[in-house]
Amino acid sequence: MVKKRLIPCLDVTNGRVVKGVRFVELRDIGDPVEMATRYSELGADELVFLDITASVFEHDPIVELVERAALELEIPFTVGGGISSLEHARKLLRLGADKVAVNRAGVERPALLTELAEEFGAQAVVCAIDSKEISPGKGEVVTHGARRPSGLDTVEWAQEAVVRGAGEILLTSIDADGTREGYDLQITKAVSDAVTVPVIASGGAGTVQHLAEAFEAGAEAALVASIVHEAPERIPEIKRELKEAGWPIRI
Amino acid sequence: MSAVLADYGAGNLRSVCSAFTRAGAEAEISADAATVREAPLAVIAGVGHLAACADGLRARGLDDALRERVELGRPVLGICVGLQVLFEESEEGGTGLGFLRGPVVRLQARTVPHMGWNTLQLEGELAILDGLDGQDVYFAHSYSVKPADEYACAVVEHGGRLVAAVERGALAGVQFHPERSGAAGARALRNVIAWSRNG
Repeated sequence: MVKKRLIPCLDVTNGRVVKGVRFVELRDIGDPVEMATRYSELGADELVFLDITASVFEHDPIVELVERAALELEIPFTVGGGISSLEHARKLLRLGADKVAVNRAGVERPALLTELAEEFGAQAVVCAIDSKEISPGKGEVVTHGARRPSGLDTVEWAQEAVVRGAGEILLTSIDADGTREGYDLQITKAVSDAVTVPVIASGGAGTVQHLAEAFEAGAEAALVASIVHEAPERIPEIKRELKEAGWPIRI
Repeated sequence: MSAVLADYGAGNLRSVCSAFTRAGAEAEISADAATVREAPLAVIAGVGHLAACADGLRARGLDDALRERVELGRPVLGICVGLQVLFEESEEGGTGLGFLRGPVVRLQARTVPHMGWNTLQLEGELAILDGLDGQDVYFAHSYSVKPADEYACAVVEHGGRLVAAVERGALAGVQFHPERSGAAGARALRNVIAWSRNG
């Protein structure tokens, strides 16, 4: 059977990896391709590069980074952040990104998901959803670095995104992000139950137990940041512990 | 040893090209039919729709170059949609090159696409997967080949058994992405290089 995935997320701004709490207080923590290569060697199953400045300042995302990563990495990677158009996404996929994550542009023009899926296949199209909790298991989609509410219900938007062509949902809880207090399991379960594509749980990972809880809630993969950025050597340890707990994990 | 990746005008081939280089081959991307016909190893790689791949190959005369190779027993490898295009009708639309018999069908699992690492089970002997029985490799696809003849296959479990690789003489294909499958993928590519020399 297909394995549960551990996916380190590298938030990138101006070519450097940064980490913030609730999308503010950014700290520089390293070079993206160097960090990605190290994580790959340590057993990361996949990687996500998110240009977190892009949707704020509307500059080109990380073209040079994608070119380097495509040639050097031996595991798949997704790139996202400010992808505004078909041309934009096409450029990144043609440079070698395995998938693109579309966030605000998909909310503003859902047909973009269909256009991308028709050209590259659904497996290359990730719909990134930033969700703010309204009540347990119910959220509202927010955009622009979590500053703008969209009026869309998180579960309904996830379902529509799949119908439109998304082959995966990257679901970030804005409330849990950076807290290390665990994923928002209610919204993870609600979305995982509602769609037929893989869901990547994101925001709040602090312990191995949190990852196991996300898998229990139905996530196919768990996005991690702080817990691996501060101690990358923990990656094999985390995976071993998950495997020992009975989860299908690639060792 | 040099591998030529058939450039049919869609998708990114540079990652696969780079992985072949890391595995010890000289690799290039070409849309020239004669180059594809004469190379020691021809590779069809890429993602997305079978129809786009098949149409792109036909528009450049690469389908005939590949057909000639297959008839002469010269090594041809398909990767992902490049495996699917070796077969016949696709439920997604379009018709493959028909070098191998059987349709390409939509996956019937709870979760589609089949995305992530899954464990290879070898059924029969595949030179391209030597030493890889029980190893995890990376998949990302919504359609899968259904061979109508008895070919040597590797399978994985995802809502039933899916074909992960096929080998028939000098013609082979893999559904997974060796260029994104870590050490196991690198080993598969080294196997492919050795297989194409022996074939």
